[in-house]
Amino acid sequence: MGAAPAHSKAIVLSDVTKLYKGKAAVSHLSFSIAQGSVTALLGGNGAGKTTTIGMIMGLILPTAGTVRVLGVDMAVDRHAVLGRMNFESPYVDMPHRLTVRQNLTIFAKLYGVARVKNRVAELAEDLALGDFLDRPSGQLSAGQKTRVALAKALINEPELLLLDEPTASLDPDTADWIRARLETYRRRLGATILLASHNMAEVERLCDRVIFMNAGSVVADDTPQALLARFGRDDLEDVFLDVIRGQAARSVPKESVR
Amino acid sequence: MSVITELGGSFSPGRVGAMVLRYIYLLRSSWPRVADLIYWPTVQMITWGFIQTFVSHSSAPSAPMVAAGSLIGAVMLWDILFRGQLGFSMSFLEEMYSRNIGNLMMSPLRPLEFVAALIAMSLLRLAIAIVPVTALAVLFFGFNLWGLGLALAAFFINLMLTGWAVGLLVAGLLLRNGLGAEALAWSLMFILMPLTCVYYPVSVLPSWLQPVALLLPPTYVFEGLRALLIEHRFSAGDMAIAFGINAVLFAGGLIAFLMLLESAKRLGSLLQTGE
Repeated sequence: MGAAPAHSKAIVLSDVTKLYKGKAAVSHLSFSIAQGSVTALLGGNGAGKTTTIGMIMGLILPTAGTVRVLGVDMAVDRHAVLGRMNFESPYVDMPHRLTVRQNLTIFAKLYGVARVKNRVAELAEDLALGDFLDRPSGQLSAGQKTRVALAKALINEPELLLLDEPTASLDPDTADWIRARLETYRRRLGATILLASHNMAEVERLCDRVIFMNAGSVVADDTPQALLARFGRDDLEDVFLDVIRGQAARSVPKESVR
Repeated sequence: MSVITELGGSFSPGRVGAMVLRYIYLLRSSWPRVADLIYWPTVQMITWGFIQTFVSHSSAPSAPMVAAGSLIGAVMLWDILFRGQLGFSMSFLEEMYSRNIGNLMMSPLRPLEFVAALIAMSLLRLAIAIVPVTALAVLFFGFNLWGLGLALAAFFINLMLTGWAVGLLVAGLLLRNGLGAEALAWSLMFILMPLTCVYYPVSVLPSWLQPVALLLPPTYVFEGLRALLIEHRFSAGDMAIAFGINAVLFAGGLIAFLMLLESAKRLGSLLQTGE
């Protein structure tokens, strides 16, 4: 990872710390993410995942350290790259009284998308939004809302896609459907995806790298297969429990903690 | 039947206490909510106190007539000031209510572009609100606001600039403090009501308060309105002074908005815009 040339890194965090009222939400965090990769950011509640993603988006300022996204320091000139990235998060929503089509049209215009109508139509077809495209966003089911949020996140065909719990609260069928769309998107455009998730099956299916966080620090960082082998487990859920319950320090060789 | 069912059963003071405690916790966690409780009675008392001073104790025999003659014009100009700010703040609040701020802040939309859109919406909302009202004022009371001519343009520009400056401050506080600061959108402008002498001349204020009033651009507008309606005199110099102060206020509001945005990023509140 460290040998990769700078231009091939979509995200670089260098010694990043975030304090809230003197308490560290993230502490001396350093990692980089290669362009075109799909990386999972895992950890228990309060591990610092959302704060980390917030800092990568430039919505949260680090107390110390630097966050570079697509070569740009987010604390200095985030607007230089915002048009090349996008995100989906359960912490945000779209205006409820506007229809799905109106919302997507507005975001397409904000992102400077050419041929707005065509792009909205493409997304409606790709993500099967046609049945509710002209329905107010506030009247959608959880699954429909997630598809619309994903459509908004893909509206500008971002090089970097940040997803915070992309399939949370979805039934298994819809969640699987969303994952398939994400895989297709990544294959088609070679986009970089960073996702926070509590769904280990999702992580195993989508991700070629897993970063485990605990108490604001990275405690394990490797491919899913390597982590399974290292922890002697059959699935990532057990690895997750080992890491969260402090097994990592005993069982993980030091070089795997980056 | 279901109404009776809802009314029946045992009444628990403990549950009432739990709900009261819930609202007290909310009040305690939000200084704007507490300030709002004290604020309105204070503003009402001061405003009507000065009106009473003006009408009852003025040595000028024409005082009641002066007050009455300019009242409807003052009410309408005050509404332009208040609605101008509220239109700005409400458009911003819509994004808070729908939890859309994070989406917008993450998009390529720049803060100045956002502010420009809020200003445009403030003008549109004001037009929808004020134009029919001015027509009704002609119909019912024979008062034609448009008859003020070019003076109205000067009054309007100054009132809107003040409204937007306050709107910018409110938007910044909403970003930083979340919807706990929502009450400010409705109430902050009213702190200007007694000080800007909407319904009475500056001379009614205590001498120590008059310099404060003259630091506020709307004071020149309301004084200008009375001068125009009663003395048929328009002071372009006063309007220029008001415009100069407004330029400083607007720049200050913009800087405050940008600083509070940075503060919100430090606090991490852009992704948590609830109560």
